[in-house]
Amino acid sequence: MSNYQSAPATETLISPTEKKAPKPSPRIQLSTGAISVLTLAFLLATWWLVTAFEWIEPLFLPPPSAVLEKAWLLMTKGYMESTLWQHLGASLQRIGLALGFAVLTAIPVGIAIGHNRIARGIFDPLIEFYRPIPPLAYLPLIVIWCGIGEFSKVLLIYLAIFAPIAIATATGVRTVDSAKLRAAQSLGATRWQLIRHVILPSALPDILTGVRIGLGVGWSTLVAAELIAATSGLGFMVQSAAQFLVTDVVVLGILAIALIAFAMEMGLRALQRKLVPWHGQTH
Amino acid sequence: MALLQLERICAQYPGAAEPVLSDISLSLGPQQLLVALGPSGSGKTSLLNLIAGFVEPSAGRITLDNVPVKGPSAERGVVFQDDALLPWQDVLANVGFGLELAGVPRAQREAKAREMLALVDLAGFENRRIWQLSGGQKQRVGLARALAADPRVLLMDEPFGALDAFTREQMQELLLQVWQRSAKPVFLITHDIEEAVFLATDLILLAPNPGQIVEHLKLDFGQRYSAGESARAIKSDPRFIETREHVLERVFSQRQAIAEQRA
Repeated sequence: MSNYQSAPATETLISPTEKKAPKPSPRIQLSTGAISVLTLAFLLATWWLVTAFEWIEPLFLPPPSAVLEKAWLLMTKGYMESTLWQHLGASLQRIGLALGFAVLTAIPVGIAIGHNRIARGIFDPLIEFYRPIPPLAYLPLIVIWCGIGEFSKVLLIYLAIFAPIAIATATGVRTVDSAKLRAAQSLGATRWQLIRHVILPSALPDILTGVRIGLGVGWSTLVAAELIAATSGLGFMVQSAAQFLVTDVVVLGILAIALIAFAMEMGLRALQRKLVPWHGQTH
Repeated sequence: MALLQLERICAQYPGAAEPVLSDISLSLGPQQLLVALGPSGSGKTSLLNLIAGFVEPSAGRITLDNVPVKGPSAERGVVFQDDALLPWQDVLANVGFGLELAGVPRAQREAKAREMLALVDLAGFENRRIWQLSGGQKQRVGLARALAADPRVLLMDEPFGALDAFTREQMQELLLQVWQRSAKPVFLITHDIEEAVFLATDLILLAPNPGQIVEHLKLDFGQRYSAGESARAIKSDPRFIETREHVLERVFSQRQAIAEQRA
């Protein structure tokens, strides 16, 4: 089928008669990726320029070289009794734990919501009630209840990640192709086999989208929570450096936070391509 | 002895004023390929869904070897118009899916799946992904999957409706070959008159409002194909054309009668 579609209309348009049309001037055609790289390079160059000529004081914007040097220092010696790796590890451990628990609980809950009327009646209002609340708004309550230890932070991120995954899973379950369900039933599938062999794989693209959204929300929530109540982690590092006006550490921390978020997004996209290669195919 | 039996079946959707099907009785046994032909709204899909067990009749009895039919089951295999294959599995796993559900060990179900793929002329396609197949190939996989589970009867819901004319002719011939070799009773619904006349040993003509059987023909064109005559020769045989025109006329006269009724 794709063979028919891959003879695009544009190809037939470039027929000999079309050659009379004004040719595009022989300018260099840049790919979108190349343009993005150039944009980043321009940004870096501007940063270097304004700091090299000291148009902006290093206190407000340290030069790239200083940030790099600081990065090396942080990786080897550390800041606030922990190296960059330890801060990073603390943050990643929190989000990893929260994500693990969220995946383990939100997917079954999502399937139940999508599959079962009673489960929908129970979970739907609960999730819809707390989901629109910014997690930082209920952080104080969590701190009152559970203290300021690791558990509070993991719980906060867990709650932030749980809702998007559960909602996406429920959507995926509800939109399962009914012909596939009937086909499996007429091949003798039991209720559990339907869930395991048809519903779960059908909903997987939606589940992964939910995880992607959840991780985005979770990461920003985590960093924000670390700004407020923590003694380690990237958010804490940025916050405490800001209090002592160590701007290069602040900039470095922000860059590290952005890099991690970017890496997680890319990793999940790759996972999506690997796990659900059929998604988006003309099936 | 008849295998599948429908006794005075009525079906009505909740809230609907008129029944979809009214007083349908028929039987389907070995060596039979029963085709239900009718315009849209004649309830042929409902009839198939009733036999498959996806919906329940509001009155009447459906039995398979004298056992009442209750819900979908592996003894009534279904081939769908929209292939309904599982894109996360390859062709071989799709064909073996029914056996996997039944707990058959991998080696055994793969052997059976290969055998069925050979039966539908798809040997060598075992490891293809579903989205790499053409429409006709998908329908072959759907047919192989239904057969691999070894059902008592095979139900086909407009299986070639979405295919182009050439592929459809090929698939009709393939179906006759498979039907001959597997010796399974087949219940097939279609709105293609030529297809119905060519395939059926038993052709029932359904009329709408409410869906009812208005004619039951015994035909042998499919058997003639199985006996070695070419499909083109059969389809251009005057007797074939005469039968086709007769059925066509019945469909149109039904339509007219309904139009007059409404006027």
